[in-house]
Amino acid sequence: MNAWSRFRRNRLALVGLVLVVVLAVSAALAPWLAPYDPARQSLIEKRAKPGAKYVLGADEFGRDILSRVIYGSRVALLVGVLSALIAVAGGLLLGTAAGFVGGWLDAVMMRGIEILLAFPYLLLALAIVAALGTGALNTTIAVGIWGVPAVTRIVRGSVLALRETEYVGAARALGAPVTAVLRRHILPNIVPSLIVYATLFMANAILLEAALSFLGLGVQPPTASWGLMVSTGRDVLLVAPHVATVPGLAIMVAVLAFNLVGDGLRDALDPRLRGSA
Amino acid sequence: MLTFVVRRLLLAVPVLLGVVFVVMLTIDLLPGDAVTLMLGEHATKDAVAKLRDHLGLDKPFVVRYLEYVARVAGGDLGRSIQQNRPVAAELADAWPATLELTVAALLIATVAGIAAGVASAVWPNSFFDALARLGSLFGLSMPIFWTGLVLIVIFSLWLNWLPVGGAGSLNHLVLPAVTLALPSVAMISRMTRSAVLDVLREDYVRTARAKGVGEFWVLGRHALRNAFIPILTLLGLQSGQLMGGAVLTETVFAWPGLGRLMVKAIFARDYVLLQGAVLVFALAFVIVNLLVDLSYGLLDPRIGRQG
Repeated sequence: MNAWSRFRRNRLALVGLVLVVVLAVSAALAPWLAPYDPARQSLIEKRAKPGAKYVLGADEFGRDILSRVIYGSRVALLVGVLSALIAVAGGLLLGTAAGFVGGWLDAVMMRGIEILLAFPYLLLALAIVAALGTGALNTTIAVGIWGVPAVTRIVRGSVLALRETEYVGAARALGAPVTAVLRRHILPNIVPSLIVYATLFMANAILLEAALSFLGLGVQPPTASWGLMVSTGRDVLLVAPHVATVPGLAIMVAVLAFNLVGDGLRDALDPRLRGSA
Repeated sequence: MLTFVVRRLLLAVPVLLGVVFVVMLTIDLLPGDAVTLMLGEHATKDAVAKLRDHLGLDKPFVVRYLEYVARVAGGDLGRSIQQNRPVAAELADAWPATLELTVAALLIATVAGIAAGVASAVWPNSFFDALARLGSLFGLSMPIFWTGLVLIVIFSLWLNWLPVGGAGSLNHLVLPAVTLALPSVAMISRMTRSAVLDVLREDYVRTARAKGVGEFWVLGRHALRNAFIPILTLLGLQSGQLMGGAVLTETVFAWPGLGRLMVKAIFARDYVLLQGAVLVFALAFVIVNLLVDLSYGLLDPRIGRQG
């Protein structure tokens, strides 16, 4: 049975996939889907309750919350995808280096990674943001760096295991250069685990971006980021609860979607990973 | 026993050194001049030079790192830039609140998580099991700062049962502790469910049942005791997540703890204070995991103390 038919039988994973597609479509078609300009202010309608004109209500500056939630999906997906790329690229580089070179390099890197993995994730991201500064790009980098240690460990483990297989030994005995061995024999074997990890990572990346933006240390106003919207809504929580709570729902749906798809992919692609992530 | 504790504490030293190194290095890589950022664009040259000298920023990184480590080893964490108070004093003011919050959250998470997980495992595929599993799926996907706000809306605004924020009484503690605990409840109940399900399939459980041990004792004496090892490991790891979550929860509920102090320090670019706060978190994490390692031996005599 191939991976897709195994994935398809998992109903929750399919729900997740549909949600991911909805997110992707709303990010891609935001200008056409959003009923209003997300930055358009209408101060006389500030904190408008959800109704006919503003389906999800209006925020502190009278901006349409639905439009901002739709545009916010761009930030969430962009940070999610790019930080996952950073994590995977960095982890591949460091993991293959540690796995192939071995020796003291491997030992030093693994100790360092153990320290990083032991460290509370938000504190690490906060330290990186404190150093880099705020903004969408720096948030992406901070979230991406946070993912590097875990990917490094996955890649290193696979490289160590694959290095001992007979076909890799045969390829090297035949004189294949290291890069060719990596590309032809090692990488294809790691890809399934990396896809699974990257999907689950995106769920956490979206959560982390939202958390950093909520603290005021991530994406900066006036960009429509969900975490930032919850943060501005917090100031008027007691008079207009919808301003803060509605964007939070969007975060939850997006995170849930990637978690469901990731779980489904893990069961379909790489059953050995079950329970480890 | 004592040598085990001492050895484990010594092993924590390189971890703490590494954490300080990473934090100082990331701050050091800061683009632009930290001092100008701290004092603003219009600071006089004199003031900039004075602060640079005070922070020792003209020395090379390695020298500063070693000096900081030496001073910390002597109990001196430096003075905070913003308040000009000893960092140790600021941390001492803040950490009891964070300890109170995280311990309360850990208690809630442990009790609720294990109870839900055991019930799920005892009645697998029941309505409760489905509900608990769906709940844990949502629990892991909800942003903690949002959960906090939703709880405020429900319990403070609509029902008017509990205060919106601040600290001081048990009533103030309820909402922040529950908020912080929820993701951990989800993790722990998932883990407990699968651990108990595994143990219930073991031969010794069948033996116990066969010799007529009541179901309550089978669970309590045989299943739970053995399922507790993986749960305990998870608890140690969760304590790290709780510290991260504390930063957000404290911000939402205006809880006067280390997390809020840390966010303030970042905004004020008060790196001396930030380093101190990170160090306290790292130390707490190391201690919790030491306690977890120690309790393995209490639960399972087969686990030696060679550490």
